[in-house]
Amino acid sequence: MFDIEGYGLLLLEGFKLTIIVGVFAMVISLLIGLVAALCKLSKFRSLKVLAEIYTTVIRGVPELVLILLVYYGGPTVIQMIASYFGKDIYVDVNPFFAGSVTIGFIYGAFATEVYRGAFMAVPKGQMEAARACGMSGLLTFRRIHLPQMWRFAIPGLGNVWMILIKATALISVIQLPELMRNADVASRATRKPFTCFFLASLLYLFLTIISLVFQQWAEKKADRGVRRE
Amino acid sequence: MGDSSKIALKAEDIHKSFGTLEVLKGISIEAHKGDVISIIGSSGSGKSTFLRCMNLLESPSSGNIYVGNELIKLKKNRRGNVVAADRKQVDRIRTKLGMVFQHFNLWSHMTVLENVIEAPVHVLKKNKKHAVEQAMALLEKVGITERSHHFPAQLSGGQQQRAAIARALAMEPDVLLFDEPTSALDPELVGEVLKVMKDLVKEGRTMIIATHEMGFAKEASSHVIFLDQGKSEDEGTPEYIFSKPESERCRMFLSNLV
Repeated sequence: MFDIEGYGLLLLEGFKLTIIVGVFAMVISLLIGLVAALCKLSKFRSLKVLAEIYTTVIRGVPELVLILLVYYGGPTVIQMIASYFGKDIYVDVNPFFAGSVTIGFIYGAFATEVYRGAFMAVPKGQMEAARACGMSGLLTFRRIHLPQMWRFAIPGLGNVWMILIKATALISVIQLPELMRNADVASRATRKPFTCFFLASLLYLFLTIISLVFQQWAEKKADRGVRRE
Repeated sequence: MGDSSKIALKAEDIHKSFGTLEVLKGISIEAHKGDVISIIGSSGSGKSTFLRCMNLLESPSSGNIYVGNELIKLKKNRRGNVVAADRKQVDRIRTKLGMVFQHFNLWSHMTVLENVIEAPVHVLKKNKKHAVEQAMALLEKVGITERSHHFPAQLSGGQQQRAAIARALAMEPDVLLFDEPTSALDPELVGEVLKVMKDLVKEGRTMIIATHEMGFAKEASSHVIFLDQGKSEDEGTPEYIFSKPESERCRMFLSNLV
């Protein structure tokens, strides 16, 4: 069953690429989310508005539309800008790059809200105690607020990761040979769609179950020192 | 009064409003080196707010604060709120004012020992080994050496508060501010914290304490201020406040306690 006329290896290769795209996109979304959450919580109005626009727009448009927009629309926009400056260039967007950056950018918006809630969940007294010792705002953030935030963020970020890894299947529409795309190719070639897609779904499930185990470990680590009632 | 030549902390005519609510209506205090000043009064009288103005956890709406002989520089921001004019100055002055909170506020992600060495290492830039030695000595003093590698959540309230006192002492502050240090404790744990505080009084530390513990205020302090509705209604030696205060409200407050 796992061989499927030699296409089993193709699925595994797709699986590998799915993981790579997922991890790459997750790293991007973790970074963008952290920055955007800090913007939202900052006292500068312009940063708040900017972050608010980002999360509102991104969360309000379907992922698939954004992926197609970046992949097909991106080169057009760049070429238009280039021609405005009198340069005639041809841009070809790498599907791996377009796909993972777009997914990362989208889920960064969801991560933003997770981080924001987590930062606000840290009791104020923790930061006050630090300021009262003469710690600067930045030092308090680095030593107290940031480390304590993770405990509240990890469950939500784990959720973001689960949805993100499944959303990578959407990148198949821009021909990136990840798991979904390769399952599709294999099913057409072998005329065994059930077997191929069933195997693909098992692989996704395997990945998310592994992720859950990892998440539990991370939660335990972040809860270090805090008794759970 | 203690050594009258040296002023440790002085606040002049402190006002504080939250929106339209005026919580502090002009309070002054002068703590000389070695003074132990208790601030008593009912809940909502402004004790905590006043204490929190001393190290600028709350910015006073007006008034002057001197630590040692240094005036904390304040300014009005664009919205018209009073804020610190020089944040570096405030950070530096805060290292001289140790603060103990009602809810301890030990950092929950660090062990007791890590809590105590955190600010000495990262703010005072002390050598870590030296900071640990000093911290262990302080933990011995407050009687929780065997708990040094536990997390705050694994300690009783009394132990947490004693750890918090050790953390404040580790900065070698000139003045200790206590914000109702025993109010969040179970009755049977109050004694162990008060004992540590009495030891500090014996050492000659300068302390300002917002408290509901009248026994402690009577025995341990050199000066008592009775706050009522944001004003110093009466103040004087403990003998005066607890036996023959002029203020009717103060007499009422104290008689209602027993």
